Amino acid sequence: MKEKKAKRIVYRSEREMPLMVISVGSQTHNLTGAWRNIRPEIDLEKCLKCGICWKFCPEPAIEIVDERPVVDYDYCKGCGICAEECPAKCIVMAEERK
Amino acid sequence: MKKVIMGNHALSYGAMLSRAQVIPAYPITPQTQVVELLSEMCASKTLDAKFIKVESEHSAMASCISASAAGARTFTATSAQGLALMHEMLHWASGGRHPVVLGNINRAMAPGWSIWTDQNDSLSERDTGWMQFYCSSNQEVLDSVIQAYKVGEALMIPAMVILDAFALSHTYEVVEIPEQDKVDAFLPPFKPEIRLTPDDPHAFGGLTGPEHYFELRYKLQKDMEKAPALIEGTGLEFERLFGRRLGLVDEYKCGDADLLFVSSGTAGYTANVAVDLLRDEGIKAGNLRMRVVRPFPFETVRRILGKAKKAAVVDRNISYGHHGIFYQEVKSALYGVKKAPPVFGYITGLGGRDITPDTFKEIAAHALAKDGPDEEIVWIGVKR
Repeated sequence: MKEKKAKRIVYRSEREMPLMVISVGSQTHNLTGAWRNIRPEIDLEKCLKCGICWKFCPEPAIEIVDERPVVDYDYCKGCGICAEECPAKCIVMAEERK
Repeated sequence: MKKVIMGNHALSYGAMLSRAQVIPAYPITPQTQVVELLSEMCASKTLDAKFIKVESEHSAMASCISASAAGARTFTATSAQGLALMHEMLHWASGGRHPVVLGNINRAMAPGWSIWTDQNDSLSERDTGWMQFYCSSNQEVLDSVIQAYKVGEALMIPAMVILDAFALSHTYEVVEIPEQDKVDAFLPPFKPEIRLTPDDPHAFGGLTGPEHYFELRYKLQKDMEKAPALIEGTGLEFERLFGRRLGLVDEYKCGDADLLFVSSGTAGYTANVAVDLLRDEGIKAGNLRMRVVRPFPFETVRRILGKAKKAAVVDRNISYGHHGIFYQEVKSALYGVKKAPPVFGYITGLGGRDITPDTFKEIAAHALAKDGPDEEIVWIGVKR
């Protein structure tokens, strides 16, 4: 996995701030995976290495490591598009247990 | 060079002379000629700009915002329903500090379906964080576009240049077209400090928590507060170069007036005619035409109205359940001013009903007959 730069920028005063919102780090800091109700689980035995799940993931929360998909559960919101699009049907959406 | 052009083309020439670089636009009556001429200018290379045909006004403003974020000078124009469809993106432009310039043709909001003028479309966007310039002649339309870029880019705040449907948009007047090199001297290229670029990638407009949002809005207001002085300053600079003054307001015989009209748009020019007619009858009238409504010129309004004996605010708009919008604002500006004059509020001309010198004479007769306003709204010209 890529190293996550979860550096959170907090300005102490308006004088330090730029005029507009740029790169305050909120996207990396806000772990949207917490929103997930169902989680994708990939059966790598059946995986065709086609990369379609990676291509379709809107987050994007799937990375390809050694030609195979790996879900980044910190950011996966559990939308299920990967499971829907997988031609080998090797991704199932399982109930999230927290 | 002098040309006889319609108000809509005055907007196009203003954008051309300002060297707008990206023009996303969607046509709507009575704005269409603005973007027709601009598209011809782009096709003939008279103007070196990217003209984008978009699928809606929402997309037009979204394209302006992204192009502006990338450092391009952007222009678009719309009217009424189109402006309302842009509403969400208007907030995005001001909140993101993208100094887009938008020409809006004042057109009454439907229903009933109307293409004629009143100010409720632009005044519904009063609180979006845009500057608003209301024009009373085609010359002022052209000049205001150039000034709007100058002030807007200095403060990173977007601006609307606003003109009445048909009364200006389709009315031909003699307009002095400034020379390009003089406009270039007045308005340098747009070079924002922060912009979208692959060399230094950033996320713009991302999630902003309670720890930051408040300060960003504070900064927007603080910069808006700088705008009145900057508008006056650039207006004087413009006068030195082009011989025409562009201030926050336009004063006409205000000094010794017993009755001061407060007006805007083309009705603000008609008011001057009425002032002369009333003075022929021995009534000392004057006219304060509000050219800029956001930022609201509090100090100027207090200074001029503070000396008046009576004021009659003429609104071609209404805030339902309250009263005329200019009336509210003028009264709020005078709060706490010692010896503030009685202020009367009149609503007239909605949906393009003509406002003539006689309208102002009727208003004057009403205001002069009373010591102070005894009703919140006086309707002029309603058939009842």
